[in-house]
Amino acid sequence: MASSLIGSRVERKEDKKFLTGKGRYTADINLANQTYAYFVRSPHARATISKVDISKASNAPGVVKILTGDDLAKDKIGGLIAGWKIVSQDGTDMKCPPHPPLANNTVNFVGDHVAIVIAETLDQAKDAAEKVRVDYKVLKAVVNTGDAMNSKPIHDGIDKNLCYDFLLGDKGKTDEAFSNADKVVKLDLVNNRLIPNAMEPRAAIGDYNPSSEELTLYTASQNPHLSRLILSAFNAVHPEHKFRVVAPDVGGGFGSKINAYAEDVVVAWASKKIERPVKWVAERTESFLSDNHGRDHLTHVELALKNDGKITGIKVETIANLGAYALVFATVTPTYLYAPLLIGPYDIPAACCNVKTVYTNTAPTDAYRGAGRPEATYVVERIVTEAAKEIGMDQAEFRKKNFINKFPHQQCLVHNIDSGDYNAHLDKALELSDYKNFENRRSQSSAKGKLRGIGFSTYLEACGIAPSAVVMSIGAGVGLWESAEIRFNATGNVSVFTGAHSHGQSHDTTFAQIVGEKLGVPIENIDIIHGDTDKGPFGMGTYGSRSLAVGGTAIVKACDKIIEKGRKVAAKMLEAKPEEVEFKDGEFIVKNSNKKKTIGEIAFACYLPGTYGDIKSPLPEGVEPGLVETSFFDPSNFSFPSGTHICEVEVDQDTGETKVVKYTVVDDFGTIINPLVVEGQVHGGVAQGIGQALYENAHYDESGQLITASYMDYTMPRADNFPEFKLGFTSTPATSNPLGAKGCGEAGTIAAPPAVMNAVIDAIGEDISMPATSEKVCNALQKNKKNKEAA
Amino acid sequence: MQKVSIEINGKKVSREIEDRTLLSTLLRDILSLTGTHIGCDTSQCGACVVHVDGKSVKSCTLFAADIHGSKVTTIEGLARNGKMHPMQEAFKKLHGLQCGFCTPGMVMSAVDLLKNKKNPSEQEIRDWLEGNICRCTGYQNIVAAVKEAASKM
Ligand code: FES
Ligand code: FES
Repeated sequence: MASSLIGSRVERKEDKKFLTGKGRYTADINLANQTYAYFVRSPHARATISKVDISKASNAPGVVKILTGDDLAKDKIGGLIAGWKIVSQDGTDMKCPPHPPLANNTVNFVGDHVAIVIAETLDQAKDAAEKVRVDYKVLKAVVNTGDAMNSKPIHDGIDKNLCYDFLLGDKGKTDEAFSNADKVVKLDLVNNRLIPNAMEPRAAIGDYNPSSEELTLYTASQNPHLSRLILSAFNAVHPEHKFRVVAPDVGGGFGSKINAYAEDVVVAWASKKIERPVKWVAERTESFLSDNHGRDHLTHVELALKNDGKITGIKVETIANLGAYALVFATVTPTYLYAPLLIGPYDIPAACCNVKTVYTNTAPTDAYRGAGRPEATYVVERIVTEAAKEIGMDQAEFRKKNFINKFPHQQCLVHNIDSGDYNAHLDKALELSDYKNFENRRSQSSAKGKLRGIGFSTYLEACGIAPSAVVMSIGAGVGLWESAEIRFNATGNVSVFTGAHSHGQSHDTTFAQIVGEKLGVPIENIDIIHGDTDKGPFGMGTYGSRSLAVGGTAIVKACDKIIEKGRKVAAKMLEAKPEEVEFKDGEFIVKNSNKKKTIGEIAFACYLPGTYGDIKSPLPEGVEPGLVETSFFDPSNFSFPSGTHICEVEVDQDTGETKVVKYTVVDDFGTIINPLVVEGQVHGGVAQGIGQALYENAHYDESGQLITASYMDYTMPRADNFPEFKLGFTSTPATSNPLGAKGCGEAGTIAAPPAVMNAVIDAIGEDISMPATSEKVCNALQKNKKNKEAA
Repeated sequence: MQKVSIEINGKKVSREIEDRTLLSTLLRDILSLTGTHIGCDTSQCGACVVHVDGKSVKSCTLFAADIHGSKVTTIEGLARNGKMHPMQEAFKKLHGLQCGFCTPGMVMSAVDLLKNKKNPSEQEIRDWLEGNICRCTGYQNIVAAVKEAASKM
């Protein structure tokens, strides 16, 4: 029975509540005596503030309190932080401006926080917010990524608006590869700015209890423990042992709910000041303006080639836009999560990458689903496609010629790839996509007056973020382990506490499958508990496709400890030696006998040792009562999912409208716990990736106003934009964790953009940038036509 | 202020409300029916879809006062006698939801589609759901779930 749990299409335990309207998201929580908050935000991209006048607003009906940056400074509330220190190639530390949760005397992007207005009702808070008078002196904004280094600094003391100038790789060796190359292929690429748009807008409720002096923050977060740590240690809002952070049901994250945001800090602190709950829920426009944005890179890439099609070197220069401030993962995303992946799944002996990150007067950027790896994969898969064309080789053949095919493989930058079989997923994708008949399909499309193109993307990602040993060796300050605690209850059911957080990932089900399989307990009797710092041990949270590889492994380890303890107790009860006792499908059995105890009986005995049968105590000497085990797992290495995506598009020659008409995915995620869930993760990721390639773009005008601040202007992918995706899997288990799991949450957003863009470019014969909107495609087609006429 | 009386999920309710109260606000903030979600401020996302007199509508676009006397069904009212509606069952079976935030609106919208069309094609389902944004699922399993529900109803 139990042995079939891993790998089964188990329906989700969490579904019923969501399907019947009983989910409990932060906005659904209402507390007695609650107040409502509304933030006064900067309407300007860059300005100094000479005065915030709250006198009129304070007298407006229902107003309880208005707090500004001055109040925050008086209470010594600290600023928001960048979590990873990056060192520039000249040895100097990165430069980060102060980032107060409420502006001191400057604002740096439209939506930057100026004051919080707290009132008895939301309408009253909004009405009063209109009466807060802020004297701004508007300054010239720096908006474009490419202009930042040539513009005057927007932050005092940060020359050229440069946060750091990072270099990874062996420049000398790479230059040598280029001077010995038969061919060099070059590309300039834009990775468009995106807005994550989890469907649940961010929300936060601060709830201070003056009697116990405990502070509770309910917040839509992917990592409540990390938020509590930051709010305690850096923002000094409240001491950690008196501070509880609860992330209840969370409606999607995609990276946008990693940060401890200004709103989190301010409502928590404000609740302490007024000794009442303070509730804030973002309106969608606020989410557009102030959630962290993603991507936004300008890149120049060069690839060195031999005539036979062998790649000998890659050189990359990137400018990444941090926006106004440096957020938690913002500095590590375009460096350690990006640069090492610029080799892709290929055996390239020399590589070098320079990344300059710049400040601009736009919303801060940070990790967005994929974080660094989609940016890298876009660079690699675009240039590899160009190179194959240049050499005149078939896209599949060219890739195969350059794939890594012996494992483990130490890449020339950072990663030691433990396992994989890239030919296997490429071959399977060729078959599933009916590659050999593509030209027929092209002709059929052409007969309808449509241009058809095909695009490949063979990606490699590094997941299971982040093994301390590896990241420390390359200079990042902290690694990221995960925790699990298993409480076997006396009545035989199991409470599992994980530091990972589920906001769509299905942990309630997949983690229960792991525990069910390990301990032989039916999954109905297993509860996965997360999202509350008062319940389980400290954990790092969910991002970087880490929950299963790292958090799942912590669960496995804790299960192993439970079994080991149970074995000792069973041995005593069955009058055998522990080494004679085997554990299988929930039973401890003495070898070569029919003497056995179920794990439930053992648990009962552990809790009530004095009441068990005629044996005075079943607990052997030195074994403590209770059956609770905790594990903290720090992996030895990243895990390395890989795969092949093949996309076909059709372009309408008159309107430029581009549609994905066929999309094939073959992924290698190592061991899969629940295919139903994994397929869902792939579908969602691919849709987001196609969104980036064809539809989505965060656009600021020259003055720094966000033009795409609503669903009328920011094109979200919708149901009618997609064909049915075709999925396949291959499997080479990871060796860095006992499950063999590699991670599946981000692959779609990583692989899809280059697959789609390679297809678009194949169809229209012109290089265009993402998103390939009808307008851009139309212009490109016209240019193409003119070029042909001229030739 | 004015008094509105509406039948919600089979129960008659009357409340004194401000003229500007939206149906979504009445449901969520006054009646604590928080299954109906708010995902946007421009009537674009569909997270707030409920049925008014049997037809799916975005509850953030209606003033509660304007539907005085109507019958409203929200996601909380879809299951009958503790048994989920075939559409809810199909979403569960085929993993048509991940974070669950778009789900109530998606389900209410899909139920209305099947009222008008017994066996919609994949394209018809996709076109109908165009007004509901889901960021998690890529829509594939939602479409499959609607098909499955159609076959069961
Ligand atoms: S809340 Fe988005 S359409 Fe109603
Ligand atoms: S399930 Fe998360 S938005 Fe649809």
